Amino acid sequence: MVDAYLRQSPLAHLHLAARATTSNALPDAGVVLAEIPYLSQFVLRGNADNQAFTAGIKKALKLPLPISPCTSSVDKTGHSHILWMGPDEWLIVGPSDDQAHINSSISTAFRNQHFSLVNVSESRTLIRLSGTQAQNLLEKGCSIDLHPSAFSPGSVVNTHLSHAHITLHRLNSIQQPTYDLYVHRSFAEYLWSWLEDAAREYGLDNRSK
Amino acid sequence: MLLIPCPWCGERDEPEFHHGGEAHIKRPLEPDQSTDEEWAEYIFMRTNPKGVFLERWVHQSGCRRWFNLARNTATNEIIGAYKMGEKPPISTIANKQKTATVSNKKPKGVK
Amino acid sequence: MAQTNRLALGGDIDRTKPVNFTFNGHHMQGYAGDTLASALIANGVRIVGRSFKYHRPRGIMAAGTEEANALVQLETGARTLANQQATRVELYEGLSATSINCWPSPDFDLMSINSWFHRLMPAGFYYKTFMWPVSGWKYYEHIIRRAAGLGKSPVEPDPDQYDHMHVHCDVLVVGGGASGISAALAAGRTGARVILVDESKDFGGQLLNEQYTINNKSASRWIEDALAELSTMEDVTVLKRTTAFGYYDHNYAGLLETRTDILTDGGDKTRQRLWHVRTKRCVLATGALERPLIFSDNDRPGVMLASAVRTYIQRYGVKPGNKAVIFTNNDDAYRTALALKEAAVKVAAIIDTRPVPDGELPTQAIAAGIEIIDNATITGVNGGRGVKSVEVMSLNAAADGVMGVARTILCDLVASSGGWNPVIHLHSHSGGKAKFDQARGIFIASETLQASECIGAANGDFLLGDCLNEGFRAGKEAASKAGFKKASRRKIPIAEHIVEHPLRLIWALPSTKSIGERGKHFLDLQHDVTAADVQLAAREGYASVEHTKRYTTLGMATDQGKTGNIPGMAVLAQALGVDNPGDVGTTTFRPPYTPVTLGAFAGRNVGVLTDPVRMTPMHHWHELAACKWEDVGQWKRPWYYPKQGESMQDAVNRECLAARNAVGILDASTLGKIDIQGPDAAEFLNRIYTNAWSKLAIGKCRYGLMLKEDGMIFDDGVTTRLGENHYLMTTTTSNAASVLGWLEEWLQTEWPDLKVYCNSVTEAWATLSICGPNARALLSEFTDDIDLTPDALPFMGMKEGTVGGIPARVFRISFTGECSFEINVPASYGLALWTQLMVAGEKYGITPYGTETMHVLRAEKGYIIVGQETDGTVMPQDLGMDWILSKKKDFIGRRSFTRPDSQRTERKKLVGLLPVNPNDILEEGGQVVAEKGDHRPIPMIGHVTSSYYSANLGRSFALAMISNGTERIGDRVYVPMDGKTITCEVTAPIFFDSEGTRLHG
Repeated sequence: MVDAYLRQSPLAHLHLAARATTSNALPDAGVVLAEIPYLSQFVLRGNADNQAFTAGIKKALKLPLPISPCTSSVDKTGHSHILWMGPDEWLIVGPSDDQAHINSSISTAFRNQHFSLVNVSESRTLIRLSGTQAQNLLEKGCSIDLHPSAFSPGSVVNTHLSHAHITLHRLNSIQQPTYDLYVHRSFAEYLWSWLEDAAREYGLDNRSK
Repeated sequence: MLLIPCPWCGERDEPEFHHGGEAHIKRPLEPDQSTDEEWAEYIFMRTNPKGVFLERWVHQSGCRRWFNLARNTATNEIIGAYKMGEKPPISTIANKQKTATVSNKKPKGVK
Repeated sequence: MAQTNRLALGGDIDRTKPVNFTFNGHHMQGYAGDTLASALIANGVRIVGRSFKYHRPRGIMAAGTEEANALVQLETGARTLANQQATRVELYEGLSATSINCWPSPDFDLMSINSWFHRLMPAGFYYKTFMWPVSGWKYYEHIIRRAAGLGKSPVEPDPDQYDHMHVHCDVLVVGGGASGISAALAAGRTGARVILVDESKDFGGQLLNEQYTINNKSASRWIEDALAELSTMEDVTVLKRTTAFGYYDHNYAGLLETRTDILTDGGDKTRQRLWHVRTKRCVLATGALERPLIFSDNDRPGVMLASAVRTYIQRYGVKPGNKAVIFTNNDDAYRTALALKEAAVKVAAIIDTRPVPDGELPTQAIAAGIEIIDNATITGVNGGRGVKSVEVMSLNAAADGVMGVARTILCDLVASSGGWNPVIHLHSHSGGKAKFDQARGIFIASETLQASECIGAANGDFLLGDCLNEGFRAGKEAASKAGFKKASRRKIPIAEHIVEHPLRLIWALPSTKSIGERGKHFLDLQHDVTAADVQLAAREGYASVEHTKRYTTLGMATDQGKTGNIPGMAVLAQALGVDNPGDVGTTTFRPPYTPVTLGAFAGRNVGVLTDPVRMTPMHHWHELAACKWEDVGQWKRPWYYPKQGESMQDAVNRECLAARNAVGILDASTLGKIDIQGPDAAEFLNRIYTNAWSKLAIGKCRYGLMLKEDGMIFDDGVTTRLGENHYLMTTTTSNAASVLGWLEEWLQTEWPDLKVYCNSVTEAWATLSICGPNARALLSEFTDDIDLTPDALPFMGMKEGTVGGIPARVFRISFTGECSFEINVPASYGLALWTQLMVAGEKYGITPYGTETMHVLRAEKGYIIVGQETDGTVMPQDLGMDWILSKKKDFIGRRSFTRPDSQRTERKKLVGLLPVNPNDILEEGGQVVAEKGDHRPIPMIGHVTSSYYSANLGRSFALAMISNGTERIGDRVYVPMDGKTITCEVTAPIFFDSEGTRLHG
């Protein structure tokens, strides 16, 4: 593999890590944002009604395939997720060094099964959003009902945030709501600018690494 | 802005969807055997009712699924959504049409 | 100026906090808590502007959103706001306002000459006068617009910021008066998510203007307690200074919240916020607006709504006059008389259209020593620049004329009340109907299409006790219907109220002569529409209120007829001999309820946030190279890369020559890429594309054309077979999303039996396309595991391996006609590879080129661009692409080839054009004609689709779609352009390397 320093995340141009505040530097900030680049991401397509398929995925990834719309599953470490994207579509997310593992464990899980697995790790970057004002911030550009009674931990939706299409995933955090925003890389700079702008009245703490 | 019930994702705002025209337009199985009139009927001709309309939508920004919607074009009342391949909710539609609240009454009042 | 009309006591203002402002340049002072209108009244200002058509002097007539006269231009420069109602502008330090509709000043207005010619300006005046000859409109319009304009729009960018908020709730309560607060309390106590909004700075609505008691405490105390309770509820949002301006399908409401006043720098806070609310239930407690009586010269400065007079006294501590006449058809206006009396303002008389008013309020007035003149009307108001006296006569038995002797009553204020109109605007916005209640003389909401209910005064229940009761019930019921059924033991708030006697409906009050003959009975004060105008419209055949309002412009001003519409409708009904005003049609109220600034609609979608700029992984390299950009959808693509001193043509020439003679590099990352997998993938491609795919070998690419079912070209691109059941399709940049949608549509709706999955991988890959004689040498420096020789990787072949140590796919596909390699690497390595190629390529003369050069190079080869050569009416045959149409299978669009229109022989065909003068460059879109000459009309035979100067050819050339084009090859055709006609020779649509030796090299 080529030298890692040659790699550029979609937000590399903004030098977020250099601009990031050290931990807890902004205790009053209502919004905490961070880019988490290079996660392993795969689109999985298959028939949710097929027991062999769902069981095979569970076995391969040690994670159940979320079948209910707009839900997700998460492993014990909290670092690997399967997000429901559609009735026959899921997004598998794992740590950055997990690409080969995810690919091989699923590709070898079935014989004569009609499914598809596409590596889209490069398609999107992840912006993680938390802070006391996180929900208000999202509501400035997102028409999804984000009230805890309607968007509980683990919920995931594909929707718009202002003019960008995002996959919005509320993590299973017990304390403050934390949201993962998956955004296509070509929209990433736009979305970051939008978030920074919307966060102005709340105060922004950038924790990108 | 309509609130559209995606059969999978639930109610979402209209900008997440694209409209796909009238539903239940069947492609001729043997296009070569169809007459010019039949083919033109298939590609060009659509109904445009005032009242309940069966139409196709796709949840473009959500789950990317196509589905059908029974919607009253005069009131925007949504009678129901149903998946591709499913039958329209005929009985509900019939009931709704009986109790339709919108009349076609023209302004009257001239002696 | 001193605050001569300020009362010593009373009002919800702070006399210890003076606020300085200017009006038409005069320095004035008001107090914190004032509106601009109350401060103007305090300063004795009577004339605030001139009317729209006749330029008659006008004063403040209301105290809220219904104000029709007191429009001002607020501030100057970038922050200026036109047509602001003085009654809704909260006074702030340094405010500056000027009158509109008058020049040079409201006191001396040159345009008032119009009022002398009023007989020449009847209803539909503009329609009748300026519509003939039609060609004259361009001359008239200029003059009319200057004379008729309301306020002035700012010409500089708005320095303020606005934003949006999207929220959901169970119960939205619009209106924070007694009904609304009661509803919000009841709903909030169930635990439902509730939003309560009110347009004012204070909650209370009409309660603020009266002295009521609720739950045995003062109304203001009750409001305070209620708001305190609401603030403890976690899921209740209370918004003041927030107008619900529109209510739309499926319980969607738009709210405009004003967060800072106009001069305050909000810092990081936006000035206004537009709330998008999706609610489960909506309680419309929007109250009622008083309507004026329609009598002769009812527009004089000093004629006001009775309730407004009361508001100014009780809420703002100002007196709008020194000697008042109350003119009413109902009991409520008697409260104004009593309030005036209490504030020590003389009440000359109460003129009541009803015979023998004997309700409790009239009785109180009599007890207070106020004279009541019953069964009477005002027949005229004297004093053009302000009321000086009124003429009063008795009504005849039919109430269509007057009798007896006129009595003149000296006064400077007329407080008029014609009853109250429920505010059903929001109900109406969302498709709700209204019906006319003859007994009460009001339109009330009937069927609604939404989960909404009008309550309290908005439903014609004007008594306080009823409002509290209804509010409580509606709030509880709405929450329950939204799923919140928690019981509360809290009781309904109770209040005592005075029972009022019915009003008397006489829509246009008679004068000594028939209407229109003496003075003017104004209906719409802002647009100067009179009862006579509406009667004329009726005589001219207008029968529907919807038509009449357009003809007369009744209710079409910025106040949208809040005071004038209902009387106007009634006058129309009367003129048509229709008993029920509801039968001439109710006008449909449309959003916004009150004007909304454009800035609020735009929100933060301004400047760089207007629209996303989609960036490729190499975007910032192009930026540093100072390229010029071309917008392709939301993408920015490098258009060309000018060097110091180069013109666009210079740069494109240089890029074109380098790509054919050395090596060019193009960022092609924006092309759509779709991963297609499944056992039926080949069959699927057979149906989607016009050519056959079953025999494409793994590792090979093929060009494909997609048609719509009407046989017209939709998209094109190259698809590569990656594995047994695995393909990678490319699409044009702008159609990437549409093509994926198209594939999904067929798979999901027509062919669900096909086992195929399609996924977009557009963003996963950076695509670097290098072409030209040195391309292979350059690329071979970067890879040792891909054999780049023409035999191993021929044209239309694909190999996987590494390039620069990065995992890559290399495609031998070409859009330039040169030997070309399209390198796909994971997107995050795109910039690294690009940079390295640029460094290593220097010795080969590597030249980055943009979309313009790409377009020139492909046009030299006659390659089409979908959307440039095609426009949705072009079939493959029209482009001479019969070779790509399989005869062995069906595909989308094939059947349409035999439609009569497809068979027309004179269809336009793709050809090349060479201008006879090689320096003439045709205009794209230019029309092609067969004959030279000036004998118009000249039949057009086609149009130019692409036109460039080619540095490689040393001349200009073009592509065109020309009727029977193929048969015209060798002919001369002509393209008329600005100033000259260019003669061209028709050629085959290929200009360079027609054998394709370079392509395969």
